[in-house]
Amino acid sequence: MSQASYRKITQEGLWNNNPGLVQLLGLCPLMAVTTNVVNGLGLGLATILTLVASSTTISFARHFITPEIRLPVFVLIIAAVVTAIELLMHAFFFELYHILGIFIPLIVTNCIIIGRAEAFAAKHTPPKAFWDALMMGTGFALVLLILGGMREVLANGTLFDHAHLMFGESARGLAIHLFEDDKGFLLAALPPGAFIGLGLLLAIKNWIDAQQVQRRKAGKTATTATLPVTSVSTE
Amino acid sequence: MNNSVLKQVLKPALLLAAFALVGVLLLDTVNRYTLQRIEANERNALMRQLMQVVDKNSHDNDLLHDSAVLPGKLFHSSSDVTIYRARKQGRPSAAIFVTTTDKGYKGSIQIVIGIRMDRSISGVRVVRHNETPGLGDKMELQKSPWVLDFDNTSLQQPALSQWAVKRDGGYFDQFTGATITPRAIVGAVRDVLLWSNEDNHLLSVFSLPTTVGNPSEASDRAVKAEMENAQ
Repeated sequence: MSQASYRKITQEGLWNNNPGLVQLLGLCPLMAVTTNVVNGLGLGLATILTLVASSTTISFARHFITPEIRLPVFVLIIAAVVTAIELLMHAFFFELYHILGIFIPLIVTNCIIIGRAEAFAAKHTPPKAFWDALMMGTGFALVLLILGGMREVLANGTLFDHAHLMFGESARGLAIHLFEDDKGFLLAALPPGAFIGLGLLLAIKNWIDAQQVQRRKAGKTATTATLPVTSVSTE
Repeated sequence: MNNSVLKQVLKPALLLAAFALVGVLLLDTVNRYTLQRIEANERNALMRQLMQVVDKNSHDNDLLHDSAVLPGKLFHSSSDVTIYRARKQGRPSAAIFVTTTDKGYKGSIQIVIGIRMDRSISGVRVVRHNETPGLGDKMELQKSPWVLDFDNTSLQQPALSQWAVKRDGGYFDQFTGATITPRAIVGAVRDVLLWSNEDNHLLSVFSLPTTVGNPSEASDRAVKAEMENAQ
């Protein structure tokens, strides 16, 4: 684990150990915010930024941080980073800041961040910690984005609505209207929609993984029939 | 206490303090850098809301610095009501009430109401709410023009008895599938109108001392007491 390659880190963050779908961390913001794509993207970017900044900092400081004080120091660094990001969002993405509201400061309590600090950043060099944070953050943001997309399409029949809140007035045209608002499936935008949507995503991921394991098994028995299948990934 | 124990305790403590210091410095820098911009954002957002409920060219004063706060119970509001005063060439032209009702479906609904000096409504907007998306949120102008039904109404037009949603035998539409939310809003607007229609309440607003500091949060206790005594 300590000599994890970049390729492995990428796979872990985006798929095998995806924070949203496998570690199931940070579910509170994940479900609360993803009523549309733009909200998901906003929180996703904020989380990536926090994760990258805190993990990289912790990795740089890892030789000074003694075991007894590592948790308070992690919390301190994470809280400082989140507060700085909150202030910057308040100043530069005012409307989005108001929509995401309480969930920006709540990034502090997102277990992904302290989890990566403890499990990875404190034991690896800054470039690797940076890459791990970026991949874990991207993995989380992708889940936010997909769930937001699913819920927005079902509930409002749109995609990228309100994009101007994030990218300025020129992005108003990004909104895609798929069908009339009146026919929206309201449940998708309400809290149950988040649970059902996330459940579906989990099921799809597990199904794809199962397919892959089966294919690998089939491939192995065909080519090297004599070798027993010893290590099927437990993930 | 021997030296090594002291060292064991002191070293991490100092280290922790050092990290805290760096954190404080970072936050202070960011705060200094963003403070003005954030304040400007807040002011602009509030200004945009206020401008939506008053007639164009009806005032030439700085609304944000001309406000007063009255106790919420005068308007059956669940929190203190801030009033922004629009004046043209020094003469009162309209008052904007920021009232809050907790009779909605979920949580409180904050509403800004513009009232002209003839006690007719120049505009109503809901600025904050937690109503169910898709059902109870049709009071947002971007979802439905419903809230424009209040424009130019007064306690005479429709008559006071008609100040209710249609289901309750009144003048205002409810939303499909949601009656509680519009009922709460109609009630809140009516309560502000009722207060404004009494005697010279509306005019007296313009002689209240201006709130100092942050107008949306400050509450001038002296003014409150005075108004309560006057009741």
